[in-house]
Amino acid sequence: METKNIVLVGVGGQGTILAAKLLTIGLMEAGYDVKMSEIHGMSQRGGSVSSLVRYGDDVQSPVIEIGSADIVVAFEKMEALRSLEYLKPSGKIIVNDTEIYPLSVIIGANTYPEGIIEEIASKANYRVMSATKMAEALGNAKVMNVILLGSVVKAMGLTDIDWEKIIRGNIKEQFVDLNIKALNAGMDAV
Amino acid sequence: MKKLLTGNEAIARGAWEAGVKFATAYPGTPSTEILENVATYDEIVSEWAPNEKVALEAAAGASIGGIRTLCAMKHVGVNVATDPLFTFAYLGVNGGAVLVSADEPGMHSSQNEQDNRNYARHAKVCMFEPSDSQETKDMIKEAYTVSEEYDMPVLFRVTTRVCHSKSIVECQDRVEIPDKPYEKNIRKYCPLPAFAKGMQVKLADNFKRLEFYSNNSPFNYVEENVSEIGVIGSGVAYRYAKEVFGKKASYLKIGFSYPLPMEKIRDFSKGKKTLYIFEENDPIMEREIKAAGIDCIGKDMLPAMGELTPDRVRKVLLGETVPIIQPNPDMVLPRPPSLCAGCPHRGIFYDLGKRKDIMIFSDIGCYSLGLMAPYNATDAMICMGASISAGHGVQRAFDIKGDTSKKVVSVLGDSTFFHSGITSLMDVTYNKSNTLTIILDNRITGMTGHQQNPGTGYDLKGEASPELSIQAIVSACGVTNVKTIDPNNLKEVKEAINWGLETDGPAVVITRWPCVLKKLSTQDKTEFPSAFKNVCTVNVDNCIGCKKCLKSGCPALAFDIMNQKSGILKDICVGCGVCVQICPKQAIEVEVR
Repeated sequence: METKNIVLVGVGGQGTILAAKLLTIGLMEAGYDVKMSEIHGMSQRGGSVSSLVRYGDDVQSPVIEIGSADIVVAFEKMEALRSLEYLKPSGKIIVNDTEIYPLSVIIGANTYPEGIIEEIASKANYRVMSATKMAEALGNAKVMNVILLGSVVKAMGLTDIDWEKIIRGNIKEQFVDLNIKALNAGMDAV
Repeated sequence: MKKLLTGNEAIARGAWEAGVKFATAYPGTPSTEILENVATYDEIVSEWAPNEKVALEAAAGASIGGIRTLCAMKHVGVNVATDPLFTFAYLGVNGGAVLVSADEPGMHSSQNEQDNRNYARHAKVCMFEPSDSQETKDMIKEAYTVSEEYDMPVLFRVTTRVCHSKSIVECQDRVEIPDKPYEKNIRKYCPLPAFAKGMQVKLADNFKRLEFYSNNSPFNYVEENVSEIGVIGSGVAYRYAKEVFGKKASYLKIGFSYPLPMEKIRDFSKGKKTLYIFEENDPIMEREIKAAGIDCIGKDMLPAMGELTPDRVRKVLLGETVPIIQPNPDMVLPRPPSLCAGCPHRGIFYDLGKRKDIMIFSDIGCYSLGLMAPYNATDAMICMGASISAGHGVQRAFDIKGDTSKKVVSVLGDSTFFHSGITSLMDVTYNKSNTLTIILDNRITGMTGHQQNPGTGYDLKGEASPELSIQAIVSACGVTNVKTIDPNNLKEVKEAINWGLETDGPAVVITRWPCVLKKLSTQDKTEFPSAFKNVCTVNVDNCIGCKKCLKSGCPALAFDIMNQKSGILKDICVGCGVCVQICPKQAIEVEVR
């Protein structure tokens, strides 16, 4: 099979790294060759973060080229726009309807751009998710990342993988049930 | 057993499987997780050293002592460690020794882009360069065999994309290597000129033998396809070549990259119409291959700066570009990193940024962000420890010119002070300088993700260790004007900085408050009982919308443009109280969370 490309983007602290970790373990256990690349370091201090996941029969590069992602999952609205250039014209972008202000907005030097969803809608195949609100409804805003993981799993046709087992094996016991609920909620939403 | 490992995890795993017993490092992106992972193996004694020079010296010593050792650092860290490196190459090893250099093409978290393959040539040590995690683990094990067989420390070059990318690794068991006896041998271990000359000859002989090894190493291999295009590639650049050319080219993969397998390269080049050299950053293989009389294409077409990503290669070599969806650029605001809500550096930079009569020489750490808006405080930075010594130099220039319009303030962190700030401070006092040094002690090495250091009271394994007193060291360096303050108290901050600037002679202000992201130790909880337990709220009736609080640059603040009032994001506010003190209308209140 041709190598598939998934891009997860967000803001430091949103849980993109954990979502990518669960995704890659699931893909490996399903027998795919997998590579995943991240840039971290200063990004923990509120910068943009991305995890690039590739899977197939024989994956060479750990990075995803612009214009070649089958799916982009943006944990934050403006980051969705920033990462749009990763997307294949035939690909799909999933956008979490959450705004996190960059410092220039906080200090009043800029205003957070309006009309982001409309801009994306005019250019790409997209889907808006209210994953943060869904996570709050499940009782913990943090599981927003696993809700979005669920939506990727569904959109990429990876529902045959035993994700419950992956969650059980990699998440602290007291959060397992919550995360399984979050994953299912994400799958049901797309 | 198969595992998904980052390159850094693979280095740790490989070292463990290879029977390594001692490992030491100074943290630095992208190398930090190597020792953090090594430390999870009980069989390896693992340590954070105060700096990279010390780390490599400890590793060299452990090798001489007769055990396999690992040392790891980021690319600029190797600069600090070059003094022992060059002579360790002369001495050679007893137990196998590997120095990992984690380079950063693309400068994602670094102040420069430097190609440490140059050090293999310069220091005369052999080099491995893996391209993914499986190779990383396999090569680390081979590196110990090579180190012992050819009697030299091995330089192991990884890059950010190897360190921080995950791929599948087949894991194996640890092999216990018998310890080597230590025998006194001054001809091997004492590089006085008379002996060093012999060491130099021995080193050259070992390199002759390594040329044979390189030409026959399983890590330098050919993959022939029906094509007139040949690619010679190392590191992740080889993966990018395969991504771009697929089966349309033949490949010579270079994994053992110094000395190069020149005979293998010559054979491979025969019958190839075009020979491309894929290497990130400097044209090192290219120069050596061209010098051997083999025609090839490298940096004349491919970029010599930044990462050699597949899309850049595709564009340059194949003229291919893929259609890209371009968002309206006006709608994408930059999102640079910023000081966290509750960061103990905030109060200092809020104050320093307002002063016009100072020149601020910063250091390498989270406080490097003091140069950004809204503080716009910092003037300059170079490298670890330079804030104090380069700051002294600037002050000297001002003094010599008779320019009294600005006084120098040097700003650095606790870990940076232990790393190389201490000797710089000696320079200041010994030479009767007149600078103010601010040591931001946040009780941890922050920027790299919370590593212990000699001032925190814990070691890499998390065990209690003696806590070195910064104030006592500062005093011992001859500074008589020293104060320790709470950086969240803006009045205290202002008075201390005023005092430091008015002092005739060197002054040091130490701030002491933990990093907001730190997992607090028992001692921290006792010393800072109120830390991060509060939350601030804006009383909107009192807020006049003056935006003065926003000058704190705190990401927990948000201004409501509709109502012209400040607001606070309760999820991320930890109640440090800096904004409370800035507000001229007492409109912000702190309460216990």
